Amino acid sequence: MTTTKYDPRVLKAPHPVPGAPDNWKRFFSFNTDAKVIGIQYIGLSLFFLLVGGLLAMVMRGELITPPADLVDPSVYNGLYTMHGTVMLFLFLFPVLNGFNNLLIPTMIGAPDMAFPKLNAAAFWLVPVFAVVLLSSFFIPGGPASSGWWSYPPVSIQNPLGHLINGEFLWILAVAISGVSSIMGAINFVTTIIRMRAPGMGFFKMPVFVWTAWAAQTLQLIGLPALTGGAIMLLFDLSFGTSFFRPEGGGDPVLYQHFFWFYSHPAVYVMVLPVFGIFSEVITVYSRKPLFGYKFVALASFIITFLGLIVWVHHMFYTGTPQWMRNLVMITTMLIAVPTGVKVFAWLGTLWGAKIRLTTPMLFVLGGLVNFIFGGITGVMLGTVPIDIHVGNTYFVVAHFHYIIFNTIGFGIFAGIYHWFPKFTGRMYYEGLGKIHFTLTFIGATLNWLPLHWAGLYGMPRRVASYDPEFALWNVIASIGAFMLGVASIPFILNIVSSWARGAKAPANPWRAIGLEWLLPSPPPAENFEDDIPTVISEPYGYGLGKPLVEDEEFYVRRSMEA
Amino acid sequence: MTSTNADLPLKHVPGHIKHDGHNLTGFIIFLCSESIIFLAFFVGYALLKITSPEWLPEGVEGLETRMPLINTVILVSSSFVAYFAEVYLHKENLWGFRALWLLTMAMGSYFVYGQYVEWSELAFSLSSGVFGGTFYLLTGFHGLHVITGILLMGLMLARSFRPYNYAKGEMGVTAVSLFWHFVDVIWIILYVLIYVWQRTS
Repeated sequence: MTTTKYDPRVLKAPHPVPGAPDNWKRFFSFNTDAKVIGIQYIGLSLFFLLVGGLLAMVMRGELITPPADLVDPSVYNGLYTMHGTVMLFLFLFPVLNGFNNLLIPTMIGAPDMAFPKLNAAAFWLVPVFAVVLLSSFFIPGGPASSGWWSYPPVSIQNPLGHLINGEFLWILAVAISGVSSIMGAINFVTTIIRMRAPGMGFFKMPVFVWTAWAAQTLQLIGLPALTGGAIMLLFDLSFGTSFFRPEGGGDPVLYQHFFWFYSHPAVYVMVLPVFGIFSEVITVYSRKPLFGYKFVALASFIITFLGLIVWVHHMFYTGTPQWMRNLVMITTMLIAVPTGVKVFAWLGTLWGAKIRLTTPMLFVLGGLVNFIFGGITGVMLGTVPIDIHVGNTYFVVAHFHYIIFNTIGFGIFAGIYHWFPKFTGRMYYEGLGKIHFTLTFIGATLNWLPLHWAGLYGMPRRVASYDPEFALWNVIASIGAFMLGVASIPFILNIVSSWARGAKAPANPWRAIGLEWLLPSPPPAENFEDDIPTVISEPYGYGLGKPLVEDEEFYVRRSMEA
Repeated sequence: MTSTNADLPLKHVPGHIKHDGHNLTGFIIFLCSESIIFLAFFVGYALLKITSPEWLPEGVEGLETRMPLINTVILVSSSFVAYFAEVYLHKENLWGFRALWLLTMAMGSYFVYGQYVEWSELAFSLSSGVFGGTFYLLTGFHGLHVITGILLMGLMLARSFRPYNYAKGEMGVTAVSLFWHFVDVIWIILYVLIYVWQRTS
């Protein structure tokens, strides 16, 4: 079978990016190809997952016994601050931007992002602020230690009097991270609005694109508020202003408004793309169309809208008047509606399906169970009386780890496994993947489930020593944490060895429907190049027998021959 | 100037496809996002001004409003000048564009100079309580935007001397003049909040 028989176009060599090496070195260069940038983002962020995980394991090691014996309490303060910051700004945001880079252009049939250079610049800011943030471990006074939310007046103390202190570097890093995220968000939104393949109306976009769009819209609206707050905090810390200093007429609670106006939606920035991954993975391995596709898609933007008017629920116990508490309690509860729509849509898709339990599907199902659990504790925490009772205890810690690791983290692992063959061109080892899932699920459950009880019994968060009555919960949690550490070994082994020596991946190993699966594995530099397909069907047409694009045969054949 | 970019075939640069329209979309998205920082500052300012027990620092009576008003008039009218510069560009009258564009830059620079004079004559500093802090933060942050706008206009002016650059559909000038109108509108809100709205205690 020769290729020339069908169409001379298939013989055309992919366009190389000028001046860029075509081997592993391109992942360490200023490359403007979205797929290279995506892998750069994911690789770098997984490294920081290890860093943040190590910080967490030191903390869990400290908490395995009630007194503060392993590390000093002041060191412990630095540890949890840096753990939170590293995990959010150096793991979660970058890894999701990695997915956006890999998936948005390929899913909508665009050759690249709208602004490739801006895209690369946004990525290279990540190592810059990583260095700024982590260098604070090596300066006098140590890293920032007022928690990841950095509330004044604690955060604007500067006991040593140096201009360069841990808090200063923390604010600087967060500001650079904000610039990078805004650059990314402008790029993603412009790409989605303007570069969709012919025929791909909004209601023919995959759910991942919808959720990424909703999430990046939140970044654009929310991040500037945090940046504004951070600028004011920096001035208070270093230049003697009094925005948040009561002695100069300022108001520390104002900072909390700035901070949570972004940092509550930030949770949706992270969880929305993961909802997208859930929708993609569940449909592929259930072989059914997504139940209520349009509702799932639109629910993303309802979450965006509601997410912007609930931030005060983080401030129920910081002097918020009762009428505002009640109002925000109601808006918070309302968020359960669009998220519930999504959860029931996934359950409806799974209902009666012939499910294939591959590693990504296992991670998604595990993540879904955890999300329902974490969502319910979220509704509990949104209730004013319960929140005032358990606020600042381990119940809160357990709740948000159920969302941030047990849901978002699981979704990210699922995404990495699911699209691994597509973007590396190699299959991963299913066995190692299942070991990874088992260890992660058991470890995560052991780690955070017992902490709910510790919190309900009143164990405060952010302390290095605690009352011995909480010892049992903490021992179990620490065992779980170390198990999570061990779980990274099969994962790293799997990724490294599969990429180096794994079996060559076919273009569409999961028999999935989607534009990205009509590309060769790995896709060439400009995806569909000059033959951008015309989309004619809704996504997820599993079992309907309708072609996704015009002339689908041609694309399937070309992707297999490349 | 009869030849335009539109007649030329789209040049295919490997790895990068030129899309002028994307730039404007991206820029408008950026401006929307940027306006939220100002919104955050404005809301913060208003809240502090309403709730702060003491507003004016000792020895400060309030702000002088005449000089800033002249500044405001100049900045706001420069927006109209920039608009007519754009009109000239669309009529392919390049010299008319350059002249009015330069006038816009001059008016912007006068605004920055006026701001400098005002700052140097004030009796309070950045660390004079919330009043001083918010005043310098808001005017300073806005001033940075004005300076950025002038620099961008200079860039556009320089590019107008390269052939083919300012044919119809050129997005750089549209984007910069949008930015300039944005900076203007922000200033009007800022003027009302800081100078018109008096709190004497």
